[in-house]
Amino acid sequence: MTEQLPVDVRGLVKRFGRTTALDGLDLRVRRGEVHGFLGPNGSGKTTTLRVLLGLLRRDAGVARLFGADPRRDAVELHRRLAYVPGDVALWPELTGGETIDFLTALRGGVDQARRDSLVDRFALDPTVRGRAYSRGNRQKVALVAALASDVELLVLDEPSAGLDPIVDAEFRRAIGEERDRGRTVLLSSHVLSEVEALCDRMTIIHRGRTVESGSLLELRHLTRTTVISELAGPVPRLDDLTGVHTSQLDGRRVVCEAEPAAMQELMRRLASTGIVRLDVRPPTLEQLFLADIARDTGVETS
Amino acid sequence: MTPGWPSGTGLLLRRALRRDRVRLPAVVLGLAGTAALSAAATAALYPAASDRAGAVAAVRATPALVAVYGPLTGAGSAGALALWKLGTLGAVAAAVVAVLTVVRHTRAEEDNGRAELVASTPAGRLAPLVAALLAAACFAAALTAATAAGLVLTGVSWADAAAFAAVWGSAALVFAPVAALAAELAGSARGAITAAVLALLAAYVVRAIGDADDPQRSWLVRVSPLGWGELVEPFGTHRWWLLVFPAAAAVLCSTAALVVHGRRDFGSGWLPARPGRARGSRLVHGPAGLAWRRERGLFAAWTAGFVVVGVLCGSVTSRVGGLVDGPRMREVVAALGGPQAVTDAFLAAEFGLLAAVAAIVVAAAVLRAASEERARRADLVLSAPLSRTRWLLSHLVVACVGGVVLLAAAGVSVGLTYRPGSASPLAEVGRSTAAALAQAPAVVLVACIAAALYGVGRGVAAAVWPVLVAFILVAEVGPVVGAAPWVLDLSPFTHVAHLPGGTYDVMSTLWLTAIAAGLVVVAVAAFRRRDLA
Repeated sequence: MTEQLPVDVRGLVKRFGRTTALDGLDLRVRRGEVHGFLGPNGSGKTTTLRVLLGLLRRDAGVARLFGADPRRDAVELHRRLAYVPGDVALWPELTGGETIDFLTALRGGVDQARRDSLVDRFALDPTVRGRAYSRGNRQKVALVAALASDVELLVLDEPSAGLDPIVDAEFRRAIGEERDRGRTVLLSSHVLSEVEALCDRMTIIHRGRTVESGSLLELRHLTRTTVISELAGPVPRLDDLTGVHTSQLDGRRVVCEAEPAAMQELMRRLASTGIVRLDVRPPTLEQLFLADIARDTGVETS
Repeated sequence: MTPGWPSGTGLLLRRALRRDRVRLPAVVLGLAGTAALSAAATAALYPAASDRAGAVAAVRATPALVAVYGPLTGAGSAGALALWKLGTLGAVAAAVVAVLTVVRHTRAEEDNGRAELVASTPAGRLAPLVAALLAAACFAAALTAATAAGLVLTGVSWADAAAFAAVWGSAALVFAPVAALAAELAGSARGAITAAVLALLAAYVVRAIGDADDPQRSWLVRVSPLGWGELVEPFGTHRWWLLVFPAAAAVLCSTAALVVHGRRDFGSGWLPARPGRARGSRLVHGPAGLAWRRERGLFAAWTAGFVVVGVLCGSVTSRVGGLVDGPRMREVVAALGGPQAVTDAFLAAEFGLLAAVAAIVVAAAVLRAASEERARRADLVLSAPLSRTRWLLSHLVVACVGGVVLLAAAGVSVGLTYRPGSASPLAEVGRSTAAALAQAPAVVLVACIAAALYGVGRGVAAAVWPVLVAFILVAEVGPVVGAAPWVLDLSPFTHVAHLPGGTYDVMSTLWLTAIAAGLVVVAVAAFRRRDLA
């Protein structure tokens, strides 16, 4: 067989009473990649991660970590991963330093120099007690404990929520270093710019189901590019072009969205009038996200 | 204070009562029902007035019994005898519930951040505190009414019933604002509960010393909030005006809490937060170490309490020394749990009570696992290479070790202060420590019940409280009211040896241990199978 994927989820179903949280979800993370796990609030990201950690049972489908069962082999698997929950709760009486040392000791010890440098980089005061930390600082405690551990897979649930921009930049740098060291990262988020900046591949889910999976490049093929252009003469006729949707037409200025297949013809027509200024924007993740979700809900309502 | 309630108080009070809609009525019905059942059962147990008069005289002549349970007033009415043992204990129970209610709606809300949401609304700054105090006052009023009604129904005269019920209600009324003040000064909900319960313990000990010292009303009884209830003499003179003291204390304490609340920063306590250690100690490198690190402060406070009670019992018992040993006394003592000599019976009864308290502390420590899960801290720990079995067992073991330490502390301190005259001090320490530790199997069994319930489901875990209360009532009140043997057999506290004086039955210890082991298996099997939520 091929090498075992760090994360391999197929057709995962999880119900809580009568609500179905996960409804046939697929997620595959390859070794050494930073994988973005995207979805709106309540779409099942955290539930998926908790199934992968063996905290929840699955009702149907397949969930494997490194080819093993996340519940039966929980202890062995947990030696190879570190987890940062979305809403980090700390022990109120323990200081941040004590918490980091406790969590890393559970995972089998830590390189003290690395731990200290991470505490430094994230500007964390380790002498403050858990109850006194702000949300961002609680997040930092869990992040330092995870990053300092020598593990193959990092499972991060909306890790940067609550971090200030300076620490957030430091966090992104740290994730880049982790990738360079060959670690695999599964990063759930609804901050799309973060996923865009950090991730090699991504999976978009909505209502407990996978709507899209692939690299950003692959996903962009599925959507339209925004073209904004100012021309030398009046805007030529574009409405007969299939795959081009004009959203704004203002004398010599045009804003339209073009599907990949129509790009060639669109450019030819604009160039024939004479282009003064041209602004071509690849689809942002926001557009991908919204388009996917619109498609998904459209299917469901029809 | 401004006249009229702070805005939003009514809404917050309704929300508090709604959150407590099961637990407070359950406590009210449980306490009132116990009082009514005791009254009905005792009337059947001592039909003749002469029987009762004899029993009353015997109790009154035993300072040690009076110290633990309070004085027995009223010349031999059935109600007086029936409710003597319940009077002070019930007042303590009512006060504990009031403390928990107030802290639950004030400091605990502040700790988990919900209070901040409320504070950001146009609700008055003092509204949450006032609402919590009013919720506790509602509890006190309901308890008083239900208890009085229950007693009247079982044939107690209405004045006696009302006075007895008012004593319970007033205890709740006094300690609710004490808890509010503790919640203002302490840095956390657990700190607040510990401080308020220690204040309650101090009140109990002060009045116990006073009662033992001088049955004719020592000044110590007069300064203790729990002593005020005794002085009302529910079955004697009915000194109603003395209820002014608890009312005044409640007003004073509430005002103090409101003043402090007005000046305090949200989320902070009286003591400024100090920086802690930047690195973890080697001790806290495993789940048991973490559980111990979190529980040690609480266990230290409880150990101090157990030592104080132990010292008190030891020194009070020394004076009893064969004071009364007539046939009537034997009758009473037999009803209290055994045909031993008076002092032994007293010490055994005392260790039984302490075991009940230890069981409460231990069950709460086991249920800390449930709050770890609710706060999602369990996610952090269980996503590390640590099995669920080990995590659950580490909570159980720390709780059980703590419970055994509490019992041993009580045993040693009784032994050090009890001077029967003949035995060497060392032998006495050994004897009373063994007697205290003889209760350990029951305490451990309660811990295992808590673990099993938690293993089945986080929501089910709290069911340990009604179970534990039933165990304690059966063991403490059952023999007095002549409960059927099969009822007595239900409580683990009736199966442990009542030492000194009783016989140690190896078989029952083995049985308790076997049941505990079975419960641990259930706990682990169920916990491994279920979702963490």
